[in-house]
Amino acid sequence: MIVGEITKSGPFTHGTNTVQRTMFTVLLALLPATFFDLYLFGWPAIFLFGVTIGSCVLAEALMLALAGRPLAKTLSDGSAILTGWLLAMTLPPWAPWWTGALGAVFAIPLAKHAFGGLGQNLFNPAMVARVALLVSFPVVMTAWIEPHPLFSANAPSFAAALDITFGNGLPDGVTAATALGYVKTELSRGIPVFQSLSEYGRNTDLSYTPDLMDLAAGYKSGSLGETSALLILLGGLFLIRRRIITWHIPATMLGTLFLLGTLFNLLDPARFAPGYVHILSGAAVLGAFFIATDYVTSPVSLKGQVIFGFGVGCLTWVIRTFAGYPEGVAFAVLLMNSLTPIIDQYTRPRLFGRTRKGEPLPLKGD
Amino acid sequence: MLIAVGSLTAMGVALGGLLGVAARLLAVEEDPLEVELQAMLPGSQCGQCGFVGCAQAAAALARGEAPVTLCPPGGKAVAEQLARRLGVTVDLSDHALHVPVYASIDEALCIGCTRCIKECSVDGIIGASKLMHTVVADACHGCGKCALVCPTDAIRMLEVPVTLAAWHWPKPSIDGASPPRTAPRVEDAGRTALA
Amino acid sequence: MKLFPIRGGIHPEYRKERTSERVIETLPLPHRLYIPLQQHIGAPAEILVSEGDQVKKGQVIARRHGQISAHHHASTSGRVIAVTEIPAPHPSGLPQPTIVIEPDERDEWCVLPDPIPDPFAVTPEVIEDRVAESGIVGMGGATFPAAVKLQLGIRHRIDALLVNGAECEPYLTCDDRLMREYADEIIDGARIMAYALGAPRIVVAIEENKPQALETMRVAASTFPQIEVVAVPVKYPMGSERHLTLAITGRETPARRLTADLGVVVHNVATARAVHQAVRLGRPLIDRVVTVSGGAIREPKNIAAPIGARVSDLIDFCGGFSQRPECLIQGGPMMGIHLPGLDVPVVKGTSGILALTADEINERQADPCIRCGSCVSICACGLTPVELAAHIRHDDLEGAAKLGVMDCVSCGSCSWVCPSHIPLVHYFNYAKGALHAQEREHRKTERTKSLVEAHAARLERIAAQRAATVARKPKTTTIDEIQA
Repeated sequence: MIVGEITKSGPFTHGTNTVQRTMFTVLLALLPATFFDLYLFGWPAIFLFGVTIGSCVLAEALMLALAGRPLAKTLSDGSAILTGWLLAMTLPPWAPWWTGALGAVFAIPLAKHAFGGLGQNLFNPAMVARVALLVSFPVVMTAWIEPHPLFSANAPSFAAALDITFGNGLPDGVTAATALGYVKTELSRGIPVFQSLSEYGRNTDLSYTPDLMDLAAGYKSGSLGETSALLILLGGLFLIRRRIITWHIPATMLGTLFLLGTLFNLLDPARFAPGYVHILSGAAVLGAFFIATDYVTSPVSLKGQVIFGFGVGCLTWVIRTFAGYPEGVAFAVLLMNSLTPIIDQYTRPRLFGRTRKGEPLPLKGD
Repeated sequence: MLIAVGSLTAMGVALGGLLGVAARLLAVEEDPLEVELQAMLPGSQCGQCGFVGCAQAAAALARGEAPVTLCPPGGKAVAEQLARRLGVTVDLSDHALHVPVYASIDEALCIGCTRCIKECSVDGIIGASKLMHTVVADACHGCGKCALVCPTDAIRMLEVPVTLAAWHWPKPSIDGASPPRTAPRVEDAGRTALA
Repeated sequence: MKLFPIRGGIHPEYRKERTSERVIETLPLPHRLYIPLQQHIGAPAEILVSEGDQVKKGQVIARRHGQISAHHHASTSGRVIAVTEIPAPHPSGLPQPTIVIEPDERDEWCVLPDPIPDPFAVTPEVIEDRVAESGIVGMGGATFPAAVKLQLGIRHRIDALLVNGAECEPYLTCDDRLMREYADEIIDGARIMAYALGAPRIVVAIEENKPQALETMRVAASTFPQIEVVAVPVKYPMGSERHLTLAITGRETPARRLTADLGVVVHNVATARAVHQAVRLGRPLIDRVVTVSGGAIREPKNIAAPIGARVSDLIDFCGGFSQRPECLIQGGPMMGIHLPGLDVPVVKGTSGILALTADEINERQADPCIRCGSCVSICACGLTPVELAAHIRHDDLEGAAKLGVMDCVSCGSCSWVCPSHIPLVHYFNYAKGALHAQEREHRKTERTKSLVEAHAARLERIAAQRAATVARKPKTTTIDEIQA
């Protein structure tokens, strides 16, 4: 009997983790927040969600076929679904179908396969797509709507929803500002932050005040999947528990954002939004747990991840506070993505038995 | 517009001319690169590369007229060293096919003519006139010059056997994974860096 | 005792329960024994017998050759029927010189060296000599000649002898069983070694998942105040010499130095027992305990097998295969080697024979790296396997060397944890081998160069001499002519 003619090196036992398993665990963690927002924004959101993921998978299949790689095996790793899912979660819920389709073109062929496919991309594909869409179609990409929960009185019917997503677009009078966007606009008109924040709720039809619980629970306007900070946090904690991600990036990113927000808010409440608003609105929590933690585009060492999270937190606050856009997570993540290789280079662990510089440790008496 | 084109052209011509003159006037007699390359070669002047000796081979290498894999006795190690110095990428997969060899004398055929002894540049053959010769396998670097001069074809070049101590793991076969981003991409710098 | 944490590490499925409760059984004498000349790190031993010779059990049949080498003995009495080359228990499967003995069933001992009744009354040299004469090598798998390691006491001040009973490799239970069944012999061997090393303290380190072994060893050690039996956390690769030293002493062995530089020498429990037998009984190392396990083995066992018994003999003793094994391993599944076949012999470093099924191995085709960083966080040596593999894949071995590939201990944790199932350790093994080969080639080139120079110098000298003689000759003739 010949046992194994091929020379194989050990180990001859392996852990059970796989790429596929990792990706699908992340999808599972996204489910609660996604379901909540799909319910909150109704049929148009469901259509857009489907179109975006479908386009991403289609684009991935096309690129794999072009590259001559095995289709079934690579598609089943779930990475394209995850990219599409995350992209969809950052789109305005009633955006037209082509935003999702075009986003897929930015995300998969440009941001991912131009760099060599899974594991090779420098930038987070979903964020590349979001930013590309945002700068190309600023009006469409900031057309937020107030919540229209499924089966509620003001929810669009299936047919009306088809018209919104695939036909004529948004009906009149449904758009609403997000908390961050509203504050920013009002601030540019000279209205102090605390005043605009308390006014924010009254501008919508619902009797809504931006208190902590509402911001966290997510019954508010915002992107397709990012309104409920609580449910996203739940998913994020699940990922940490399953050891898919570690606490380093989310904790440092949110911590930095919160501290900066709180600190400057204390200094000048008229100019700066408070820390909790920064955390609980926009994509901060989604970004911290699901986007900044993307394996491919974040540093591999824990120390690097702390630096990365700190960087994303700082940049998010700076962009939200000083730049032209009310939301800054996507830009912050992309900027830090570009620093990942260099962070990796400077945060390698110390080798066993060597100093940081790579010299053998000195012996006593040497 | 014309002035801009004209002045740029004039500058180009002037600076180019200056460089040309400088190259003539300041030319180095002996190429330092050649000396460096020659130091990397075994120096046994075996001629297997097709040049008369190692100096000529080094000159050809410096001019870029010879591949870095030209030296069979030097093997992969020398090829890699040369490639690094010259900043070229080299496909050593072919080179892997070139297994190291050593000379072995068929004692029944040796007539003790001592021609091989005279030919050997590492003094790796011992013996005396009319007495059988033998190769010190350890010293032999497989240049094969002795085999060429043997009148009775008693010398054969044998492959150096792989021992347990010399064996090492082969590179893993293509595993379907493309390189991660941090992979160094050694572009073929060509010889521009030297020019 | 306060323990110190080690970086990284993994918790593979141990699957030790398959053999941990199985008492060591002795293998019936096989009808052929194959004893290779190289069963240890260092130079192969020099053969002392030839075809047709009668040998007695325990007789030296191959003598150590050079500084780092080991004797080998006949495992039973019989006739040398061949000195031939058979595939080595080595991943290459390269043939290596082996002595084949046909047992005469009498199992007759040769005249053994006298037992040393009081080893603490003789000089350490006597102990070292006896250990060397007995052909003892490190039995944890590294197979470094034990006598050489005992001599570390000469040039280093040794504070502690660390007896390694961690047995962190999955499946293996041979050390566990040894500790449970021969605790007194191990403790005695350890005391003898500590004496030879001049070490005042002995620490026996056993992973927490072996409570009975811990208990038995504690009882056996209770009468000796200088011995401490310590439970170390269950974590792979806790049994690695340097990492165990770190866990026990809190000191990190500098790169390219020995643990002895910190005053610590590590020996495996099986080695300690072999030393006991050599010193107290005069018995050379001619058998060892092997764990035969794996999903494809009908009846997994711990077997005391003579050195030279074939793997097939052991597997037959375990009732053969219950299914076709995917892979046959010598040693543990993490650091063991893939055996070229069933005909290779058990050697001094064979701690286990594993016939694994595809399910147990759980190997898949590699996916692209997703840079998850698991390999970085679990590496006990602080390496960045993801980067190393990238360099090596592009044949940038120097780059990999700069990042520390030569410091890799090939523990296999990174390959184990990789979700993309990239054969990381294989890359590192390749790189280490290729870098060593490069170094050898460079040395060869350097040697050739110096030989060429010597040759040229010789030619010049001869030419100069000849010129001198030629110059002298005409001169003498002229003088002759004048005189004439």
